[in-house]
Amino acid sequence: MSVLVYTENWDGKFKKLSFELVSYASKVAEMLNTTATALSIGNVDTAELAKLGNYGVNKIINATGEGLDVLDNQTYTRVIADFATKEQASVVILSNNNTGKALAPRLSVKLKAGIGAGVNVLPVSLKPFIVYKRSYSGNAFAHLQINTDVKIITLAQNSFELIEKNSGAAMENSSVQVDKSGIRTQVKDLQKQTGKILLTDADIVVSGGRGMKSPDNWGPLVELADLLGAATACSRPVSDEGWRGHEEHTGQTGKIIAPNLYIALGISGATQHLAGISSSKYIVAINTDKDAPIFEAAQYGIVGDAQKILPKLVEAVKEIKGR
Amino acid sequence: MKILVCISNVPDTTTKVKFIEDFKKLDVSGIQWVINPWDELSLTRALELKDDSSTGIKSVTVAHVGPASSEPTIRKALAIGADDAIRVNAEPSDAYYVAVQLAEVVKAEKFDIILCGIESSDHNGSAVGGMLSELLDCPSVSAVSGLKIENGLVVINREIDGGRETVQVPVPVVAIVQKGIAKEPRIAAMRGIMMARTKPVKVIEPVTVSAFTEVVKYELPKPRAACHFVDAENPKQLIALLQNEAKLI
Repeated sequence: MSVLVYTENWDGKFKKLSFELVSYASKVAEMLNTTATALSIGNVDTAELAKLGNYGVNKIINATGEGLDVLDNQTYTRVIADFATKEQASVVILSNNNTGKALAPRLSVKLKAGIGAGVNVLPVSLKPFIVYKRSYSGNAFAHLQINTDVKIITLAQNSFELIEKNSGAAMENSSVQVDKSGIRTQVKDLQKQTGKILLTDADIVVSGGRGMKSPDNWGPLVELADLLGAATACSRPVSDEGWRGHEEHTGQTGKIIAPNLYIALGISGATQHLAGISSSKYIVAINTDKDAPIFEAAQYGIVGDAQKILPKLVEAVKEIKGR
Repeated sequence: MKILVCISNVPDTTTKVKFIEDFKKLDVSGIQWVINPWDELSLTRALELKDDSSTGIKSVTVAHVGPASSEPTIRKALAIGADDAIRVNAEPSDAYYVAVQLAEVVKAEKFDIILCGIESSDHNGSAVGGMLSELLDCPSVSAVSGLKIENGLVVINREIDGGRETVQVPVPVVAIVQKGIAKEPRIAAMRGIMMARTKPVKVIEPVTVSAFTEVVKYELPKPRAACHFVDAENPKQLIALLQNEAKLI
């Protein structure tokens, strides 16, 4: 028995979410009185791999081989399933990001393992195995019992604290033979956002809604975000109108995020919007309507016009940041 | 080529959910049921592809796993423009159960492009599409925000962390769809609603399979503490609170 966690890399690097995953997996292993193994697929250098060992895993598998540069879901599923079987994993953990959502269900069928998706706390019970997860798009939570021998958990991003613990992880290099004829996904083009803090990674998010009135008014919002090291986001009407790109749309059908601080400017807080942000640790709202539902979700609020208040916030942040 | 759109029947997204039987079951009284938002976008894109004769799409079928009470949602999909529908007559007990039923539908009718929403707005499992592809042993592409057909191949935009990839895959393929695939969901016109009444809905019985998971209990979110209001004339105080009280900046 063991716990296997798949740690994706981005151009050979890990990020905070990788360490959250490893911290979580180590805790689950502790609960089960067993060991945790991190699985990395693709080219990552030894120093980067060693970082995974700072968060409690007992073993790090460095799987490399030709044909693993493209995320072909079938190929990756085979590779992860093979390691899960070899490591006799009783729990397999992935991120609930795009990659995890693509792989976990395929693995579920291959390993005959039920999934708890978008989990943000440790399992609430081991026998029976029950996880606590988001349900009805954040309007409820479910205690989901997984009845299969092997269990898969996908962990929501920004939901689990890093736990530093060096367990002297052993490194195992494994060369994977990939049947290239089985790779059916061919990448034709890749466009990357560069130099921007990703919305799903961000600790602080500054978001604008219809109350911003015009796409021309976004300057101070972006400035505030830059000062705070924050990502920018928006509500659905704003992205539907084309004021901001769809990748910024936060809400039920857009991105689901869980930053430490979410600042909502001119957003009324429709149920669908709250579904995307309700896991934020702190919500700050600025809106002209004192009865707007966003204030029910917020810890701090100002009733007023976001456009008029924004420049003053920028000024105040500049002061404390000494700029 | 034939497209299958898998649709889920979910409470309207503005529903304030309530539970009965000691928080074990959803209270369905007064709930408006709708097509799961991502499935509705998938259907819209499927119909756009069929409208374009150069794609060679011959038909758009919707499949649903659910009891007879979900027929209005199927009729809605037909009214929007699907040619026909298949309903597997069973309670959709979990994602695996549903995926197994859908796999039987695909095997029997040989669809080329299978579209599934990236999640359902009720159980948020993000699982059915991926499971279905593994059961069919065919390629899957997830987080799909664009889909077209070029020379018999499916060309897909998929969202990756921090960017977007364009990939090409042969059919059959399961595309797991998110926002962006279609601009806005297509709405049923009066003519469509009339026509939907006579479009075929094939009802088939489920195959026997055990679910992997079960919900043992629901909980409602804990109410948040009351909002601490700061005077609009003094936004500086808000920043001070965030810095000194919440220690966030």
